[in-house]
Amino acid sequence: MLIRTTPTIPTREITDERLYLDRRAFIRASVGVAAAGVAGALLPFDEARAQGGAALANVRKSPLSTTGEKLNPLEDITSYNNYYEFGTDKSDPRANSGRFKPAPWTVKIDGEVGKPGDYTLEDLLQRFPLEERIYRLRCVEGWSMVIPWVGFPLRDLLKVVEPSAKAKFVEFTTVQRPSEMPGLRYPVLEWPYREGLRLDEAQHPLTIMAVGLYGKTLLNQNGAPLRLVVPWKYGFKSIKSIVRIRLTTGQPQTSWNLSAPEEYGFYSNVNPQVDHPRWSQARERRLGEFLRRETLMFNGYGDQVAGLYRGLDLKRNF
Amino acid sequence: MTPRQAKPIIWLLCLTPLAWLVYRVVSGRLSANPIDDITDFTGQWSLRLLLVSLSVTPIRRLAGWNGIIQWRRLLGLFTFFYVCLHLSTYVVLDQFFDPTSIVADIAKRRYITVGLTGFLILLPLAITSTTGWIRRLGRRWQRLHRFVYLAAVCGVIHLLWIVKGDDLREPALYGSILAVLMAIRAYYWTR
Repeated sequence: MLIRTTPTIPTREITDERLYLDRRAFIRASVGVAAAGVAGALLPFDEARAQGGAALANVRKSPLSTTGEKLNPLEDITSYNNYYEFGTDKSDPRANSGRFKPAPWTVKIDGEVGKPGDYTLEDLLQRFPLEERIYRLRCVEGWSMVIPWVGFPLRDLLKVVEPSAKAKFVEFTTVQRPSEMPGLRYPVLEWPYREGLRLDEAQHPLTIMAVGLYGKTLLNQNGAPLRLVVPWKYGFKSIKSIVRIRLTTGQPQTSWNLSAPEEYGFYSNVNPQVDHPRWSQARERRLGEFLRRETLMFNGYGDQVAGLYRGLDLKRNF
Repeated sequence: MTPRQAKPIIWLLCLTPLAWLVYRVVSGRLSANPIDDITDFTGQWSLRLLLVSLSVTPIRRLAGWNGIIQWRRLLGLFTFFYVCLHLSTYVVLDQFFDPTSIVADIAKRRYITVGLTGFLILLPLAITSTTGWIRRLGRRWQRLHRFVYLAAVCGVIHLLWIVKGDDLREPALYGSILAVLMAIRAYYWTR
């Protein structure tokens, strides 16, 4: 009897199940993108940018994307948000961010870098080719989504500004505009929102600066026009609407760590074995699904990132 | 219209939040995380109705309106009804009867421990709300039912411990209403 142990068709020739299942969604989305493209062409550039949702050109698919998972629909991603500068309810960011102006936009990069400077969004978009990165997003509150981001690796940007030998950490700051962000009236957190990464985390190929999702520029509620995405950490690490990136010698303070240090550590890696005091992190609810699923160590990106934490006690350094 | 005749109106008012929730569920007007929405909604209304129930006696005293006492049991039982909806949303929809994680939650998470305590306090009060039990317990009935104040404190702390960041607006609002209602009682007790 002949038992074949190798597949007769090379894996690369088999259509990804997700693509197969999502064919109709893809066709629908294509129609949508085409329509948005037309709309984008009709609108003056800045107006389209100011509204978010303008089509992004020349986006290539990244091989670092997560495959085999069903994408959450645009409606989920743009209606269910934590962005406390616009309010603490999940529906507040969409409802209250209409006045926010994501254009023109400048990011100040300074601190321990050889080439500090102010970079306009146009600079960045011209300099770095855009990629689509499909990532899982795991919120510390116990829910998750799968999102097709558009962006570029942060490491490429850091290369340009030439971190000095003393640079060990990267501090990020969100814009603070009380007239456009009604949530800032109440001190829910230490404003402006601040986050940080170790330099090697920031330079990891999976860490991206996102400017869009589903092929279009970010809407205000998702952190327009420029946000961080670190897929192996809880969502709050992926700071939105960044205006400043500072390289530092010491570990930067973060807004959540200042507010509740016993609940929010600096690392905040997705870790099913270390519970948040209020939420078990063992399982999560993927939005759109009824039953919870097991949470994966490092949100499923352990193969790529576990090496960053070799020798570090992740229970203490949570 | 006497307070007794107005009871159907109290029924309707107390069922309105539930009707609104059912409408939102059926018409798809909840967020991308509907289970969380239902949990929030039933929790909010549990606390609101508990405070409404607790305001019956102060209103009766301050306004000298004795008839209002006839609504108290109904309001108390509707409070318990929303608390049951809230708890079953957690057990059935949120945890899907997973005993391991429910037990772990109760033991580890203080907001769940105190929330469950509030429910366990309300349970005997709901059971002994019938006329038969009121007769049987006599004076002890009132002493037992004063535990509702403790349940209300549990409810406010439950909310206080779940808010994120330093956003104390909601627990502060509910807490100060409870404090005012208790202060009015204290005034009459010490007089």
